[in-house]
Parts: sequence; structure tokens; C-alpha cells
Amino acid sequence: ALLCAAAAEGRAMAALRPARRALLPPLCRAFAGPSYQLASERAAERRDAASGRVSGFCPPRISCHDWIGPPDKHSNLRPIHFYVPENESPLEQKLRKLRQETQEWNQQFWANQNLTFRKEKEEFIHSRLKAKGLELRAGSGQKATLDAEEMADFYKEFLSKNFLKHMYYNRDWYKRNFAITFFMGKVALERVWNKLRPKPKTTST
Amino acid sequence: MAASPHTVSSRLLTGWVGGCVWYLERRALQESPHTFMHLFRSVSKQWITFQHLTFLRRMYVTQLNRSLNQQVKRKPEPVSSPFLEKTPLGQAKAEICEMRPLPPPSLPLPRKPNEKELLELESASIIDSSLDAEKETKEEKHWKEMKLHLDDLPGILARLSKIKLTALVVSTTSAGFVLAPGPFDWPCFLLTSLGTGLASCAANSINQFFEVPFDSNMNRTKNRPLVRGQISPLLAVTFATCCAVPGVALLTWGVNPLTGALGVFNIFLYTCCYTPLKRISIANTWVGAVVGAVPPVMGWTAATGSLDAGAFLLGGILYSWQFPHFNALSWGLREDYSRGGYCMMSVTHPALCRRVALRHCLALIGLSAAAPALHVTTWTFPVISLPINLYISYLGFRFYRDADRKSSRKLFFCSLWHLPLLLLLMLTCKRPPGASGAGGEPRS
Repeated sequence: ALLCAAAAEGRAMAALRPARRALLPPLCRAFAGPSYQLASERAAERRDAASGRVSGFCPPRISCHDWIGPPDKHSNLRPIHFYVPENESPLEQKLRKLRQETQEWNQQFWANQNLTFRKEKEEFIHSRLKAKGLELRAGSGQKATLDAEEMADFYKEFLSKNFLKHMYYNRDWYKRNFAITFFMGKVALERVWNKLRPKPKTTST
Repeated sequence: MAASPHTVSSRLLTGWVGGCVWYLERRALQESPHTFMHLFRSVSKQWITFQHLTFLRRMYVTQLNRSLNQQVKRKPEPVSSPFLEKTPLGQAKAEICEMRPLPPPSLPLPRKPNEKELLELESASIIDSSLDAEKETKEEKHWKEMKLHLDDLPGILARLSKIKLTALVVSTTSAGFVLAPGPFDWPCFLLTSLGTGLASCAANSINQFFEVPFDSNMNRTKNRPLVRGQISPLLAVTFATCCAVPGVALLTWGVNPLTGALGVFNIFLYTCCYTPLKRISIANTWVGAVVGAVPPVMGWTAATGSLDAGAFLLGGILYSWQFPHFNALSWGLREDYSRGGYCMMSVTHPALCRRVALRHCLALIGLSAAAPALHVTTWTFPVISLPINLYISYLGFRFYRDADRKSSRKLFFCSLWHLPLLLLLMLTCKRPPGASGAGGEPRS
């Protein structure tokens, strides 16, 4: 429960949070990903908009599944709130950590990419307009823009500038994607196996 | 930005359904999922977040009123959220908060006493937090549980496999089958169609599996099942395998090994060559064109059992068609490609892009003329197809010369109707069995 409060620290939600905290039993901690853990509270703080957004979202306690959120406004990726079951096996934990880490890595890459794109685009427009002798805002107050043909130079330059970055990203993404899927398969098999195998005899007195 | 697809298969989809939507308005495409989501929410099991919304709205309790009369004092600024859209906004005066006309019946009664408890707890809430609460609620209700409901599964799998595009691919295969010489064999035809359909589903699913973060960043593809988390990657891969294996088996043993081999080859080409290549080199467009050309060849080989000139002709027509279609489409997506890291001719080699499009428009004329020479059709075909081929070449030329959005759109939309019409004309001019070449009657 404290963890949900930690997550909402930066927000003026004082009135709301304690009440909700009282309602949602400590099982809420079960839904905590690393961004909510006390240990990485400070880590969450140093996350700026570009690298990660700390959402105050806490899934309802009766849910035993992951929850997926709306697309992040910088990276356009949807964050997932991972469910931590009580009897999580080491394999499941490994999978969850891999997914969490990949999510953060992806978030960082795309948020950075999109922000850089936006910024460089603005700069390009600005410099072109200046070269043309136009103001950024025309007399009517409307923002002056370049048309697609003029922007084409920028698009080409941006793409080639980031080519190597994308190569590395692609390679890593494919590796991670395969690894995650592979572990998902292993976890699924493990679960099936646990269900099917004869239960170990519990000594009852 | 109408970020339409850049995969060959997706291009064909755009060519039909997607293209029409792109034409109508980009917003329509963007909004319809939202509308659908509203409807979906209103009948789905999202009552948990609905509860959040409801009791948080009730937090607008005035200071005067300690009793819990569920009075809502609305802020002047309109709080726009999809949930509240249905009720008139901007009412500054307090109004009784009643359950919104979204599923009152579905709210289980036991919840209500709980809410009263909540309200008692919240009675001391400050109004100022209400705006934050609304914002958070708005954000929170967009969170969805990643639980797969079986009744959603068919829809999800249909979207995963790009079912409409698959249907188009199957139709080109059917065209190839019908155009091939020899008696028409219904069972073989059905097996070919089914096998090709399954293979296409598999290939499309794997493509989506690979491209999740890229799809998230492009408007048209951002509502795909894996992007939205409606299905896990494991399930996507399993589904792909469950389509590929029977599909290829059906083609290999139900039809003939050559068709099966072509099916495997095409899946491989699409998933392992085209998809990664999109981000590496502009050569992806040529590879993608081959991917689009293989299905009619498969139809032909299914009917005849061999790769003869007619098969290559059909493949050639589809191959050439891809270029004006895709190059024109990609002209409007340069920003998204650049940002997403896709290597497309329209971004890196714009002149080449237009040149290639024009070149292949002209090639279509040549290929249409070659059809009777290769005994695929009668000589009527190049004559009656000349108008449409000339028209698309003209638009290709305009695109080459003008290089603007308008000409690219015109060329793209022309390609949408050009291909089906061309195939239809081919079918009507199919060389009757045993007939001589001189202007034979079109087969009905």
C-alpha cells in the first residue's frame, strides 16, 4: 500500500490516495513493478518525461493479470503493469524482469527518438524559414510551416543520421522479443507441468 | 498522419479497404476504434474502472454538505473524456450524480454499499483534488486488464492475421488458378485457396509479432492486437505456427509439392527477408513486390503443377503493379518512415521512387501485350486493357513529373481499382482450351 503512495508522490493527490490506500489491501504491493518499489523510489524520481512516466495506476486487487495502459505521449508505447503472483517461480520472475526491463529500454529509446525528431524538425523549419526570410509565425498568427517537399530533405537527413542507431536497436529488439517469447513458452510449459504432475505429498499431522 | 502500411500485404489491404478509409478521412480511421471502444466498454467487464470513475465523480462534494447526497458540482471547464461525452458537458451548476447511462444493470448490487462506505471516507475531500482526480481517472480507465476473453479471440486473430489482406492474397491466387490452362478442379481450387489463406495468416502474424514497437508509432498500425496487448507474443507465434503448418501441409500434400514449396518460400521471404529489410535498405520494396507476386504463381502451379511462362507472366503483372501502388502510397508517409527508421525509397531516393513507379506502369502495358503471346489470354486482352494501362501510366508520369502529394494520391487510388479490373479482364479473355489465337471470344 505504501508503494502506491510512493508512486503518486509527485501528484497533489493527498486527499485521494490515503482513502484508496485504505481500501486497497496490501495485495496492491503485488502489482508493484520496479518503478513502485521503495528501493527504486529515487530511481523513479530521476525518470524524466523522456525516459519514463511514473503512473499512479494501481490495478484492482481482485485482478490476477497484467494491466496495459494508454500509449505514452512521448514514446507511443503502452506501459504494462506486471502482476506479481504470490507463488512466483524463479522462471516467472526472470520473465517478468526481462519484460519490465525491455519495456523501460523501449520506452527510453522511442521517447528519445520522438522527442529528438520533433526538436530537430522544429529547428529545421526554423532555419529554412529564416533562410526564406519568413517569420515562424505569419501575420495572421498562424504558424508557418514548410510543405512536404521542403521537409523531404529533413526526413532524408534524419533517417540517415539515425541509421546506425536503428540498426543496433533492431538487433537488440529482435533478441529481446525472441527471448521474451521463448521464456513465455517455458513458463507456460512449467505451469502446465505443475498442473499435471502428481502433487507432492504434504505431511499432515 | 495517415500512416498506412508499408508491408506488401498491408499495402494490398490499403489498396482496398484501408485505402478507401484513407481517402475518406484519416480521422475516421482513428476515431472508429475509439467509438468501438466506447461501445465495447459499455458492455464489457470494465465496470471496475467505471466504479472508480463513478465514485471519484462523487467526490465533488461541497464543503457545506457533509451528508452524502451524491451531489456533483461540476467545474466550469469541460472535462472531456470519452466516458462523459455522452452527457452534456459544461454545466456549471450542481447536478445530481446519477449512474451514467452505461450499464446500470450490469452493476452488481453488492458494490453499492461499498460505494457508500467510500463516500463516507471521502466526505472530507477537497474539491481541488477533483480535477486531478478526473485526470487520473481519465487516464486510469484507459488501463485494461490483459486477460484474454475467448469470445474476443476470433476478432483478435482476424486482426492479427490481417484477414482482409489475406482475402485479397487468396483472390489473386484464385485468379492465377482460374487463368491456368486445364480443366477447373473444384477440390484443388478450394484446397489451394485454404492453404494459401493459412500461409498468409501465418506470415502476417509473424510480421506483426516482429514489429510491435514500430507499429505503435505509426497511426494506422497502432491499434493492432499485439500493440494493444490484447494477445501475448507467445500466443501470436503459436497461432502463426498453427496456421503455417496445416497451410503448408495442405498445399504440399493436398495440392502439389511445388505449391507447398512456394508457400514456404513466400512465408520466409515475407517474415525473414522483407520485414527486417524494411529497416535496413530500400531493397525491401523489391523483395516485397516478389512477395506479392508469388500468390498468383502459386495458384497457377496448383492448377498445372508446373512453373510455366504463364505463371511468370501473372507474377510479373502483380510484381509490376506493386511499385506504382506502394511508391505512391509511401510518398505521403515520409515523415512517419523517417521517424520510425524505415528505409524507403520515398525518403532516401525520391527521384528513384518516382522513376520506378513510372517504369513499372509502362511495364504493365508490355506485360499485358505479352499475355496473348504466351497463350494466357486472347488478343482481345491487350486491346481492352490498354485504356486502363495507359491511364495508370499517365498518372505515373504525372507523379514522376510533379512529385507532389496530389499526384501521388491519384496514382495510389488508381492502382486500387486498376488491379482488380485488370485481373477481371484477364479472366474474361482467358484463352479457351484449344482455341486459336486470333481475337477469340471472351470467355464468360
